Amino acid sequence: MRDLEAIVIGGSAGALDALLSILPTLPAQVLCPIILVLHLPPAQPSQLPAILSRICARTVCEAEDKVPLCDQTIYVAAPNYHLLIERDRSLSLSIDAPVHHSRPAIDVLFASAADAYGPAVAGLLLSGANEDGAEGLAQIRQAGGLAIIQDPATASFPIMPEAAIRRVGPSAHVVRLQDIGAFFNTRR
Amino acid sequence: MEQSLHDLELGLLLDAIYLTYHYDFRSYAKASLTRRIRTALGHFRCATIARLQERVLREPPLFAELLRFLTVQVSEMFRDPTYYRALREQVVPYLKTYASLKIWVAGCATGEEAYSLAIMLYEEGLIDRTLIYATDINPESLRTAEEGVYRIDRFTKFTESYQLAGGRASLGDYYLAGYGGAVLDRSLKKAILFSDHSLVTDTVFAEMQFVSCRNVLIYFEKGLQERALGVLSDSLCHKGFLGLGLKETLRFSPHAVAYTELVPDVRIYRKI
Ligand SMILES: C[S@@+](CC[C@H](N)C(=O)[O-])C[C@H]1O[C@@H](n2cnc3c(N)ncnc32)[C@H](O)[C@@H]1O
Repeated sequence: MRDLEAIVIGGSAGALDALLSILPTLPAQVLCPIILVLHLPPAQPSQLPAILSRICARTVCEAEDKVPLCDQTIYVAAPNYHLLIERDRSLSLSIDAPVHHSRPAIDVLFASAADAYGPAVAGLLLSGANEDGAEGLAQIRQAGGLAIIQDPATASFPIMPEAAIRRVGPSAHVVRLQDIGAFFNTRR
Repeated sequence: MEQSLHDLELGLLLDAIYLTYHYDFRSYAKASLTRRIRTALGHFRCATIARLQERVLREPPLFAELLRFLTVQVSEMFRDPTYYRALREQVVPYLKTYASLKIWVAGCATGEEAYSLAIMLYEEGLIDRTLIYATDINPESLRTAEEGVYRIDRFTKFTESYQLAGGRASLGDYYLAGYGGAVLDRSLKKAILFSDHSLVTDTVFAEMQFVSCRNVLIYFEKGLQERALGVLSDSLCHKGFLGLGLKETLRFSPHAVAYTELVPDVRIYRKI
């Protein structure tokens, strides 16, 4: 199993709670950068980096344009901008039209991650009430990366994971919420 | 293999566009450009970027249409009200000390930003001594900007932002609603000169007291960002003001030394 160079995570309704339970259980040996898009109300400045800093040992920061990705760091998408990963492993923001009524959109991040990393990326899709992320996760899979989906039975809002399971098909890893952290023990 | 083929084809397409039409997208940030090119492939029913390149070379009208995909025309009036509020409260008092003003909106898209500034300057009693240059590389957008007609349903959001931005009247005072569209008051247009200018291939054309360049630099690679910032910087007078998008910053740029941060939260800088 080849080492992961990045983990990208997406989610919507119910995903913050999921993250709060996953991040503390993520093995310390997972060193690669983690890039995160959660759908949140656009107007207010994001509290997310502060919230996540409190529950895990990694550095958590808001994603900034053209900043090179660093290990052991979690990058949180800024409200109102799409977040993408460039081939040189830096971040880019864009203000292109919303996708699935969302900006940032998970599909946009995931598709760019598939382009940037090919097989060396894992995409993790969490709870949510719309279908953003399914297409992007399929692209990660097509490029040889790992597709991980929160088991809808353990999600507060199953629509997003269910859509991804339909779209990605049997090669996706459907993992119960409580097992997601440990899943990365075997793949990092 | 597939990846490098994509890079190769994309590079060739951008070279072809540059050599044929003199639009230089070669140093634009690739991730979002790739996404938009893929959308264009679908739209033009081209199976590969190479096929799109062939058509672009042979069909000039197709290039005009492709520009719509290569550039991002998303804009709003009073986008980020906190930016306009800070301008009004912290920049306008300085602008009032000038007998005549030149302002540059670089990357104005369909004109919303330029009209928003014109409204603010009108309310501050500055419009009669101001010339706003509003520039972009997309001719279709510049035409829309020139007309100053926007879909009426967008004005709910515009009105809300106008108020949050500290508007002194009602946005309704500045437009006339007609058949599904709203026309901005022609007197605003009188203060604005819309024209073609590229931050990539063109240079300084006038000396400004204030330059607003928002949500354009994010589309450029680092090196090109520096080039563009150089043009913006060289256009500013001593003690002139520079406004960027909320997620754009001088912090990592060599140009930072030439500025103080006037309102850091909303990326308003002042040249030293
Ligand atoms: C997302 S829009 C920003 C509109 C407006 N400034 C705002 O913030 O609402 C980006 C604009 O930059 C323009 N643009 C792209 N490349 C440019 C260049 N080289 N020189 C000038 N404008 C450019 C695009 O055509 C587009 O209209």
